[in-house]
Amino acid sequence: MTPLLQVKDVSKYYGARIGCAEVSFDLYPGEVMGIVGESGSGKSTLLACLAGQLAPDGGEVFFDTRAEGLRDTLRMSEPERRMLSRTDWAFVHQNARDGLRMGVSAGGNVGERLMAVGARHYGQIRAQAIDWLGRVEIAADRIDDRPGAFSGGMQQRLQIARNLVTGPRLVFMDEPTGGLDVSVQARLLDLLRGLVREMGLSAIIVTHDLAVVRLLADRLMVMKEGHVVEQGLTDQVLDDPQHGYTQLLVSSVLQV
Amino acid sequence: MTPDPVIALSDVCKSFILHNQGGATIPVMRDAALTVTAGECVALTGASGAGKSTLMRMIYGNYMTGSGRIMVAGLDLVRAEPREILALRRDRLGYVSQFLRVVPRVPTRDVVAEPLLATGTGRDAAIARAEALLRRLNIPERLWDLSPTTFSGGEQQRVNIARGFAYEYPALLLDEPTASLDAVNRDTVLTLIEEAKARGAAILGIFHDAEARGRVCDREVDVSAFAPVAA
Repeated sequence: MTPLLQVKDVSKYYGARIGCAEVSFDLYPGEVMGIVGESGSGKSTLLACLAGQLAPDGGEVFFDTRAEGLRDTLRMSEPERRMLSRTDWAFVHQNARDGLRMGVSAGGNVGERLMAVGARHYGQIRAQAIDWLGRVEIAADRIDDRPGAFSGGMQQRLQIARNLVTGPRLVFMDEPTGGLDVSVQARLLDLLRGLVREMGLSAIIVTHDLAVVRLLADRLMVMKEGHVVEQGLTDQVLDDPQHGYTQLLVSSVLQV
Repeated sequence: MTPDPVIALSDVCKSFILHNQGGATIPVMRDAALTVTAGECVALTGASGAGKSTLMRMIYGNYMTGSGRIMVAGLDLVRAEPREILALRRDRLGYVSQFLRVVPRVPTRDVVAEPLLATGTGRDAAIARAEALLRRLNIPERLWDLSPTTFSGGEQQRVNIARGFAYEYPALLLDEPTASLDAVNRDTVLTLIEEAKARGAAILGIFHDAEARGRVCDREVDVSAFAPVAA
């Protein structure tokens, strides 16, 4: 089986400071990988580099494209990369406002992604938007409301609908449940897990919440000061951490 | 002709290194070896702290193994890639732990059906099988639509067992499956184990209940023999 994403020695420096250094891993179709670490450990920098939002200073990122097989996404032309981020890739931001168009209706937010890949039939676009609002548990009668009229949890679910409507194969998520209250978090986790299984998605999820990665991620990567200090099967890393930093991280979680 | 064992351990060693407690190294397992063949149920015995659960977790892959070989249904857990272990857990190796760990808000019926859905059983058939197991384990039907996170300890234990037996794994690990169960449910669980053996499952379990052990287990392996302290 070919990996969907091959990451080789990706590094990003902010002047003399390390953003992330020499990160390598393979992600296979259907796999969900979590990246954990404290604030400033480089996890969001790494995610932005992988998703083509930040140009790394070194390394290679190969993505198994539908048409041409493995391509180095860091060396592709800008239009090609933009096409990829509209079709095969999706990016779910921590702050839903960063991933939504706040001046456009909920239905428009979902429909816009479809139009970007060529959908033109208004009736079909609207029908698909209603279908997706339903999947993320937003009532169809809210389709013409703007996201500003939604609660934080609803905005986050709308952002997920907008991202997944085009059937991407790889989803990048930056703290998708951060800033949401716990009951909403649980609902979102359930939703994400169902979508990952039904659509066979691969995902890379950055979070600092170990409970979230245990439930969502198959594999886990632990970062500290820009370096990957440990990676492996999620429950193995959490139940039997090998690196001192991971041991500290796991033993610092407060029990409810 | 003796069939190849489904689970086979040899020369298995493990230590815990506590980096935040002065780098203390605690050896916990030395030269562990055992086999379980299809249709056989083997009990791990030994005093509390002897390493029964540790060994089970090493076989399931959530504890790292220092050295040796742990073969389960053709895969060496000691050297396997995460995705190979995930595939093994999906369709060859089941584990009934003492604790239920699920996404909140997911209905009990779906929690139990999940291993079947993950291995390609159709939704209707998976739900039907889940409901049959929940009924056998005396989980009241009115609870099936609710998340098991709010259930009592005994109910959670039974949901966990239903989930573990929903899909017919060739190899199965059971961590105290009859603890905190009443006589009727205990009998049901032991019958489920006997049925799994009859269809050819290789089962390795921890049973503190000596009577249960006597009824379903063919052999016992004392893990104290694998203690690392020099005699």
